[in-house]
Amino acid sequence: MIVFQSVSKLYNGSAPALEDITFKVDPGEFVCLVGKSGSGKTTIIKLLTGEEKPSKGRVFFGQYEVNKLGSKELPPFRRHVGVVFQDFKLLPMKNTYENVAFALEAAGRSQEEIKELVPQVLDMVGLSDKLANFPHELSGGEKQRVAIARAMVHRPEVIIADEPTGNLDPFNTWEIINLLQKINQLGTTLILATHDKEIVNNLDRRVVTLDRGRIIRDEERGKYILV
Amino acid sequence: MFTILSRIIHYGFKNFWRNGLLSTAMIAIMTLSLMVFSGLILANVATDKAVSFLKDKIDISVYFKNTAPEDNILSIQTALEGLPEVKSVEYISSDKALEIFKAEHANDPAIIQSLDQLGANPFQGSLNIKAYSPDQYEKIDQYLKADALVQYIEKVNFAQSQTAIEKLSSLISGVNRAGLLLTIILTLIAGLVVYNTVRLAIYSNRDEIGVMRLVGASNVFVRGPYLIEGLIAGFFSAVISTVAMLVLVGLVPWIFSQSASSEVALPGFSFNGYIYANIFKLFLYQLVFGVGVAMVSSFIAVRKYLRS
Repeated sequence: MIVFQSVSKLYNGSAPALEDITFKVDPGEFVCLVGKSGSGKTTIIKLLTGEEKPSKGRVFFGQYEVNKLGSKELPPFRRHVGVVFQDFKLLPMKNTYENVAFALEAAGRSQEEIKELVPQVLDMVGLSDKLANFPHELSGGEKQRVAIARAMVHRPEVIIADEPTGNLDPFNTWEIINLLQKINQLGTTLILATHDKEIVNNLDRRVVTLDRGRIIRDEERGKYILV
Repeated sequence: MFTILSRIIHYGFKNFWRNGLLSTAMIAIMTLSLMVFSGLILANVATDKAVSFLKDKIDISVYFKNTAPEDNILSIQTALEGLPEVKSVEYISSDKALEIFKAEHANDPAIIQSLDQLGANPFQGSLNIKAYSPDQYEKIDQYLKADALVQYIEKVNFAQSQTAIEKLSSLISGVNRAGLLLTIILTLIAGLVVYNTVRLAIYSNRDEIGVMRLVGASNVFVRGPYLIEGLIAGFFSAVISTVAMLVLVGLVPWIFSQSASSEVALPGFSFNGYIYANIFKLFLYQLVFGVGVAMVSSFIAVRKYLRS
């Protein structure tokens, strides 16, 4: 479903952020992208969401060739991908319900659908009692659950989580990881970028290890091993 | 399409309300800019009135010899009226001049008496010529110096008032040019101030714009609410500025006390009268300027963050 074909990415002047990356993700997989800061995890995610264009190579997502999408085609494409960030990226002027509803409104879905779907997803992430709260009134773990609800509300084929637990305490970390596993079990492909050794080792899923912009290891049921 | 549009409008109003402080600041600055803008309109109207009032005072008179036959004077009048520079020509016959003089001095028996003693009519027939613009009198004067005319003409008073007319003429064109320049510069400044305010407001929302894009919002959907916010701010600013103008104008007689109303400075023209008569037009100008600048500013300012 997701294919990286000899992808390189250079930011002006500096050493390459990614060099000759080739890998494939099948539908329903749970993939951990691991590596130190600056190893290229976030760049891979940005290439996948079309935020950045590769300097060389091609990126495919289903029927889309992501590197060729123009600024008009990107919004509809992004409705097939749900993204979760370390810093949540919620809209501060919108409450929980509106943050989740926004993704559907932007996609032009009907008001009836929105009224049905949003409470459903928020119930699934356990936030039914916080619909009217604004982001600044929520804890870190709650914010991340809102972000996950937003990412999954239009039932994307893949959810990409970039260090989703980076700002959370251990208890909340596991709540979020369990939630992501649950979503994966329901059939959504999951790509999790992290440098948390404990998470990776406990998950016991496919691990793609990056170092200085190259893939140095790609194992089914892998462990967190750098060097 | 309709759902998207109604959502854009809905969000425009909602954001405007929730960003209360920012919206208020925007309205305050836009109101000040609009007051400058409407002040310029009023200043232009006032200078226009003053200039045309002065222009109207300028004319040249041609006095004809008593021997000149009236038919010839009338044909000269027709010829003058045919000139492109000439706005109007008024013929005052010697009888009429006498009549006017008598009427003006009806309360002065000494003068009337001396006129009667004179027996004959001492006044000459004359043509009062008005041109469209003060700098055209020179040309008309040249025309009157033609040989065929000179024989009938006693004198043309252009020469005496020439320096005055020229001074006034250069003053008027100077005032017009300076007014235009000032209007352009101040309008530009007002526009830039509004643009900057809008830009700052949107700059503070740049992360949000990025997030909206990431969750799949199209450019129209991201930009729309900001345009609506600009529209609302422009509308309220125009209303406030118009009300403020009415209040200020209402205070004018109070400030200058009753005796010195603006009619003293400009006979036949009253600021209050002009504003009351044209209040709707003035409001419309401000609305178009305010809403226009705010929406264009929003459009440009958001564009920067819509690229990725």
